[in-house]
Amino acid sequence: MAEHREFLTRRLHSFLGVVPIGIFLIQHLVVNHFAVYGEENFNQAADFMHNLPFRLLLEFVVIYLPILFHAILGVYIVFVARNNTKNYGFFRNWMFVLQRVTGVITFVYLIWHVWETRIAIGSHGADYSLMEGILSNPIMFWFYIIGLVSTVFHFANGLWSFCVTWGITQSPKSQKIVTYATVIVFLALSYVGIRTLITFAYGV
Amino acid sequence: MADKQTVTFIITRQDGPDSAPYKETFNIPYKKNMNVISGLMEIRQNPVNANGEKTTPVQWDMNCLEEVCGACSMVINGTARQSCAALIDQLEQPIRLEPMSTFPVVRDLIVDRDRMFDALKQVKAWIPLDGTHDLGPGPRMPEKKRQWAYELSKCMTCGVCLEACPNVNDKSNFIGPAALSQARLFNAHPTGELNASERLNGLMEDGGIDGCGNAQNCVEVCPKGIPLTTSIAAMNRATNIQAFKNFFGSDHAH
Repeated sequence: MAEHREFLTRRLHSFLGVVPIGIFLIQHLVVNHFAVYGEENFNQAADFMHNLPFRLLLEFVVIYLPILFHAILGVYIVFVARNNTKNYGFFRNWMFVLQRVTGVITFVYLIWHVWETRIAIGSHGADYSLMEGILSNPIMFWFYIIGLVSTVFHFANGLWSFCVTWGITQSPKSQKIVTYATVIVFLALSYVGIRTLITFAYGV
Repeated sequence: MADKQTVTFIITRQDGPDSAPYKETFNIPYKKNMNVISGLMEIRQNPVNANGEKTTPVQWDMNCLEEVCGACSMVINGTARQSCAALIDQLEQPIRLEPMSTFPVVRDLIVDRDRMFDALKQVKAWIPLDGTHDLGPGPRMPEKKRQWAYELSKCMTCGVCLEACPNVNDKSNFIGPAALSQARLFNAHPTGELNASERLNGLMEDGGIDGCGNAQNCVEVCPKGIPLTTSIAAMNRATNIQAFKNFFGSDHAH
C-alpha cells in the first residue's frame, strides 16, 4: 500500500471533492436559499443547522478536514502543471486551466467566508442580518458572486473529471454527455446561490 | 503574402545537452511539395544562415519518413508533431522549429526520449515469454477487441502527447499518456492478461496514472489518432478496482 501513496492520495482528493464536499455545497446553497422566502424562514433554517447534534464534530469531519485536504493537495496540483492553452487551445485544456484558476479563487474566498461568517462571530450562528450587512456592500457582493460562481464551476467541472477518474465515463460520447450535464449543474447551482445573494443584498 | 520563391525557417538550436539555446534563421529555395524534413535537408546541403554566414548544419532525428517511427517529432509553429508529415505549403511562414521541451535536448532538434521507455518499463508494457521453446499457437482474441487493440498498437513513442500534456513537465513525475495506453494494450492481449495486475500496479506507482489531469490534449494531438483518453479512463477504472483488490482482497496476484 505504501508504495501507492501518491495514487491513493490523488484518488482520495477526487473522492472528497464530491463526497462530502460537493454534497455539503449543494446542501449549503439550498438551505441558504431559504433567505429568498423571507428573513424568518432563513433564520429558522440557520438555527436548525446551527443546533444540529454533534455540530462541531460534523463540521470538522464533513467540512473542515476534507476541504483542508482537498485545498492543500489542490494547490500542489496547480503548482505542478504547466498550462499551455496558448499552443493547445482545446476545450478540455481550457477547462483544465479554469479548474485550477477557480480552485485557487475558491480557496481564497473560502478562507475569507469561513472567517467572516463562522469564526469571527463566535459561538452564536450566522443570521439574516449578518449576511445582509456583509452583502449590502457592493464590493463584498461582487466578491461573493465571484467566489460563488468559481466554487460552483469548480464543483461542476470537478464532477466531470470525477467521472473520468473513477472510470465511470470512458467513451468519448459518455464524456461529452456528462459535459452537458455538468453545464446544467453549473447553471442550476449558480442560480440557487446568486438568487440568495441578491436577496441578502437588495432584499428582493 | 509569403514569398513563394523562398521558405524561411527560424530554428531554435542548441550545440549540446548543456549549452544555451539560440535562434538561427535560414532562407531556403522553395520546391514543390516540400515538407519540413526536406527543408532541413536543404539546410544541411548548404548550411548558410539568413545573414549569409556559414554555420553548422542543423541536426534532427528521423527515420521512416512516413509517420510510423516517431523519431522526427518537433515543435512546429508552437505545436508538437511529426516533421515528416508537416507540409511546407500548409504552414504559416516563417516556420518556427523547436525541440520538444518535455525532453532533454541532445543537439538542435534532437531530443532524448529515454523517459518514455522508462515509463514503458514501469507499466511492464510487454508480454513475458516463458523460455525459447515452442509454446504452440497463442490463444485467440475476439475480433472486436483486436480492432481497438490494433489502434492502440499504433503508438510509436513519438512523444507528441507528452509534449502537449500540461502535467508532463520538469515539476512533475507524470510518465505521460503513451505508457498508460500501452498498459491497456498489453492487458487486452489474451496472454498479456495473465500479468494484468502487474501492469496495473505499475500504473499506480508514483508518476503513474494519477498524474493525469484530464486536459485531453493528448488525444487531440496524437498523430496516430489513438484514443488515449479512452485508454486512460479505462485504466482509471481498472486501477481503482485493483487498488480495492490489493487492500480488501485475499489474492494479491490477480
